Amino acid sequence: MWILLLGLAVVPARGQEPPYFVTYSHVLEEPGNLEVASQNVGAAPKNANPFYAQTLELEYGVTAWYTAEVYLQGQSTVHDSTVFTGFRFENRFRPLRSEHWVNPVLYVEYEDVNQAEKSFLEITGHHTIADQAVANSLLRSDVERSVEGKLILSSNFNGFNLSENIIAEKNVSNEPWEFGYAVGASHSLASRASVKECRFCREYFAAGAELFGGLGTRYDFGVKSTEQYLGPTIAYNSPHNYTITAGPEFGLNANSAAVLWRLKAAYEFSQVRDLFRRAR
Amino acid sequence: MRRRMAGVAMLGVSACLLMGAADGSWLRRVPAADHARVNPLPDMKAAAEAGSHVYASECSHCHGEQGQGKGNRPPVVSERVRNATDGDLAWLLRNGNSWKGMPSWSSMPDARRWQVVAYLRSLNPPASAVVESQGERK
Repeated sequence: MWILLLGLAVVPARGQEPPYFVTYSHVLEEPGNLEVASQNVGAAPKNANPFYAQTLELEYGVTAWYTAEVYLQGQSTVHDSTVFTGFRFENRFRPLRSEHWVNPVLYVEYEDVNQAEKSFLEITGHHTIADQAVANSLLRSDVERSVEGKLILSSNFNGFNLSENIIAEKNVSNEPWEFGYAVGASHSLASRASVKECRFCREYFAAGAELFGGLGTRYDFGVKSTEQYLGPTIAYNSPHNYTITAGPEFGLNANSAAVLWRLKAAYEFSQVRDLFRRAR
Repeated sequence: MRRRMAGVAMLGVSACLLMGAADGSWLRRVPAADHARVNPLPDMKAAAEAGSHVYASECSHCHGEQGQGKGNRPPVVSERVRNATDGDLAWLLRNGNSWKGMPSWSSMPDARRWQVVAYLRSLNPPASAVVESQGERK
């Protein structure tokens, strides 16, 4: 499959997404483009075994106002096992056709993940790092199927991006609504493109920071008994289709891991849909 | 019943095709203040040169390497772009035309978008400039 996908790379394209791991901005995938990304997170929590989790993301721009994405997730825990933890299917819609000070995007996701999931793609409810201390064999048998909605609010001004996400998640079984949030800010390191062609000019780098965590449930709303993280991020958007984003995220309370080490590598295949169109 | 469903499906497909077709209607949505804006970058030649790199990496896979267009994605070497003001083009890059398939490039810094405008302008010189250059050649 990878060989097939790599074979599709015919023209260069760069993503314009801000350098966030958890926070979404109002930038959607360009229509017809397919982004394949590997998002990796590792941590060594105090009272649990160190783990590494990987998420494979397939993001496709259906139209300029609709992006669909599939996630496949797994993790490996030291002194325990390596397990597949589930999948997610998400949809993002941009309802307004012009740019505004604040641009809303509606996000709807269905997820089928077990409790061994350690991707930290978002935090909702009363999720704490102590939950990760239980053995994978026990956690993986508890599968959670839920529907998640996000209100994404995002602003761009002169190379700056500020994004806020409000998350609401409902298990399809009878459990209360769970809430979470994510906030990110970023800026391109150069406002102008260079006159000369180059690979590592400042314009290809963006730096930012993000803050995210849980907000409890409908019956117990607030930041108590939840994980909270804050950290810097930096991204390199290569002129040759790939993007690398890295950064540590630091736990802000005793319910969080001390540090989450994150690395995301993405490759964008341009105008994949042209392969399925008849030549004109 | 089948006929009715086929009719509804045809209507849906037609609507999608119409949405996909670029008809230049975005020009009517450009506010007067944006329409009147001129490219603030001082050196147009350098700006166009830098803009060509941005165009090659961000725009050419839809609009063609020479700006000739691809499939139902419109050319950027056209009468419509030639007649548009710098402000019109900058507005389109910032806002996009999402219902017709053009994404917003608002995450790109303003100066970089103006560099692209300078490059588009270099691909579409005003008609008077073309006549002048032809006269010089004669």
